Amino acid sequence: MPSYSFTLNGKRVTVEAPADMPLLWVLRDLLNVTGPKYGCGVGACRACTSHLDGDEIQPCVVPVADCAGRKVTTIEGLADGDELHPVQQAWLDCDVAQCGFCQPGQIMATAALLKKTPRPTDADIDRIENVCRCGTYSRIREAIKKAAAGS
Amino acid sequence: MIDALFDAVTNRRNPAAHRPLIQIEPARVRGEERLLARQLSRRQFVVYSVAATTLTVAAPLGCDGSTAEGAEEPADGSRSSTSDVLVTGTDAEMLVLEVTTANRVVVRLPRVEVGQGVTTAVAMMIAEELDARLADVDIPLADARKEGNQFTGGSNSVSSLYGPARQLAATARAKLVTAAARQWHVPARTLRTRGTRVFAPDGRSATFGSLTRSAARITRPAVSTQPKPASKHQVIGRPTTRIDARDIITGKAKYTGDLTVAGAKPTVVARPPTLGGKVVSVDSRAARAMPGVHAVVQIDGGVAVIAETFHHAFQARDALRIEWAPGPLANVSDAQIRSRLRAAVPKLQSPPRGSAQTEAEFEFAFVSHAPMEVLTAVADVRTQRAEIWFSSQTPQSAREEIASATGLPVSKVRVHVLRGGGSFGRRLNYDAAIEAAQISKKARLPVKLMWSRADDIRHGRMRPASHHRIRASHAQGRVVAFAHATASVSESFDKQGLSAQGGVRSAVRAPAAAPLPSDSGLYNFGRLSGDSGSVDLAIPLGAWRSVDSGTVRTAEEIVVDEVARSLGKDPVAFRRTTLRSKAVKAVLDKVAAAGKWGRSMPPGHAQGVAVHEEYDSCVACLVEIDAVDPKNPRVTKVVMAADVGTAVNPRGLEAQLMGTAVDGISTILRAGLHIDRGAVRESSFADFHYARQRHAPQHFEAHIMPSRRDPGGAGELGVPAAAGAVANAYARATGTKPRRFPLDF
Repeated sequence: MPSYSFTLNGKRVTVEAPADMPLLWVLRDLLNVTGPKYGCGVGACRACTSHLDGDEIQPCVVPVADCAGRKVTTIEGLADGDELHPVQQAWLDCDVAQCGFCQPGQIMATAALLKKTPRPTDADIDRIENVCRCGTYSRIREAIKKAAAGS
Repeated sequence: MIDALFDAVTNRRNPAAHRPLIQIEPARVRGEERLLARQLSRRQFVVYSVAATTLTVAAPLGCDGSTAEGAEEPADGSRSSTSDVLVTGTDAEMLVLEVTTANRVVVRLPRVEVGQGVTTAVAMMIAEELDARLADVDIPLADARKEGNQFTGGSNSVSSLYGPARQLAATARAKLVTAAARQWHVPARTLRTRGTRVFAPDGRSATFGSLTRSAARITRPAVSTQPKPASKHQVIGRPTTRIDARDIITGKAKYTGDLTVAGAKPTVVARPPTLGGKVVSVDSRAARAMPGVHAVVQIDGGVAVIAETFHHAFQARDALRIEWAPGPLANVSDAQIRSRLRAAVPKLQSPPRGSAQTEAEFEFAFVSHAPMEVLTAVADVRTQRAEIWFSSQTPQSAREEIASATGLPVSKVRVHVLRGGGSFGRRLNYDAAIEAAQISKKARLPVKLMWSRADDIRHGRMRPASHHRIRASHAQGRVVAFAHATASVSESFDKQGLSAQGGVRSAVRAPAAAPLPSDSGLYNFGRLSGDSGSVDLAIPLGAWRSVDSGTVRTAEEIVVDEVARSLGKDPVAFRRTTLRSKAVKAVLDKVAAAGKWGRSMPPGHAQGVAVHEEYDSCVACLVEIDAVDPKNPRVTKVVMAADVGTAVNPRGLEAQLMGTAVDGISTILRAGLHIDRGAVRESSFADFHYARQRHAPQHFEAHIMPSRRDPGGAGELGVPAAAGAVANAYARATGTKPRRFPLDF
């Protein structure tokens, strides 16, 4: 079986996996990194949203082979030790979560958005595709604006 | 050894001990539990002390009122002789509070947390009465028990826990204070409690943890064991962040699929293309030969693959060659279901002579629960015992049925309740747990079964489709009769065997006879009448947040608007003059004022309003919609007001209202399921159009009416008002009469 090395949340990891194995299952089933959630497996719900070299990806549709030699960041790697990332802090301040299942993905999507668009408009926020079945969208919007204002 | 002493905490018992209301339909659950919760909350609660080395107290919960099995009531109302009431340990039918030597307050909660915030609300009740820091309170979820009320549903958790939880903590506090007084040789009444510590007037202090061993021996507290009056509340009623918020945002919160217990292996099931289809033959050779595959077993619902990772499991599943027999609905599609429903609606009563009629018919499509976390269950079934981990609103029934499905005695089945990634009623049923147990037994392997999203959407469960016929009769400017007849799909598997779904007897069945619509008497509408019919289909259904009210009351609120229009009255003004309840008028007035009802709007934009009353609570919702493009409407603003009695956590209540607003937007505008020749057409969030950020209101506000009443229910409350308001706003913006939901379908 081929082996792939990449940087996961700042640490180098090597996994033996089929080339087409989605990063999501590499993370969850081989590396026991369970912050990225399975919600659909087809990139539609975006509960697994993480970063590849700082850009937003949906690990459920990214083959592990595409990650070789690159930097993967999941929700577990977003904070700086105990210091929450500003987006996480905004999420905490606004008490965004209900069931919480989609929130790692929502936070990672927002962190990626703010990197490219530090002052997102409502229209920019509307383009976030991540589904929240609990319907926390209003608090997500509030938290995004708060994180943007603080950065 | 654990035994129990009866403390003279209270002198009342409910003579009519009710059995747990688990295996009954939602309407009864709602009605009876609400009633019981109200009765319970207005009397004192028994608190037992458990003889343990650390302070441990227990309160009976819910439907079984005040008695614990085996407990003997002392004749003099004081302590009794030792009884064996708690010898069953974690199986006791109690809410149990323990103060650990590490200064943690632990309350093992017989409810499930699925996002509704019940763990935070209970932690607040405990922190309030103990004077503990919220951060020192842990609320783990209790394993399935044999007795007592472990049902999460009917929006009754807070109301059923409010009395017992506070009494429990108040009793524990009294014992801690008494223990400190004895230790310091000072009068107990001079001591104060704050921040999980007891303070003496001279400045000495001790943590609860340091006092817990001596407090465990206190049988007669020297200070009051009564909960505080509402006027003294410092935690209850204060907007509070979820106790698990940090775990969630750092990815630490564990759901069933995140567990690594028992060496359970990833498992998926190949399911039939049609609902209830059956395996005719399987060729699993190619699948078994694939790397990482541990086992392939056939079960009622399809063919299960157990593999090293979910990737391997999905790949092997797709390599199975299965011949399927079509399910019982293979010739049934939406059009036929709709016409059967229409035909099944009972006739309306004749209108009063001389009255004018406003009549309307409505259709609601099937709707998936689609919680973000798909159904997942870990099962480790051995020859002598079984252990299951999953998120369940009904773990006691699940335990019994898992026992029955595996041929084990109930006592040999352990069910661990996990937090759920959403539910909306879906986790009332335990299809996946039974299926996982069957697979584990057959494969002789511990399994972590996960339904794919396509499994979840294509194989149910779902809110039943329904048809509504409503007639408001008016004369001389007022409504003199209001009639509402419905028909909905009811789940019938008599001939097929619901075992295909892994839920032989579903925990909450579609009621054989639904509650009569229009019986709430929300409005002064003269003579009310209602009737309901049903169409039996072998289709996996389930109670969906707000159950029948989500369609019945939504349809009625649309008709209320249409009556107002035909009488030439403003929808808010008309409701104000016809609503019976002051509380409902008050929430309506609140949204009308806060939402600037009647403000001028550009063409294609409009406001809409609706109200609802249930669970001893009421709510109003005002929305603004931009329907300039009627095919692509956007709700831009939502203002809600709710009176739920005491709002334990106003921030949690606001979250629940926010969620119901998005449910209303979704079910009215876009989200539904089609049935095409016996199969659900949709298969993911790409085609099941639950709202995303671009469909959610840019502005949301919730107003919580001040109240010192005991809490009512809140989790489901907002759905009918939100759905009704969205439909009414759309009607006003477009000049149309919306009749079939979702509108864009």
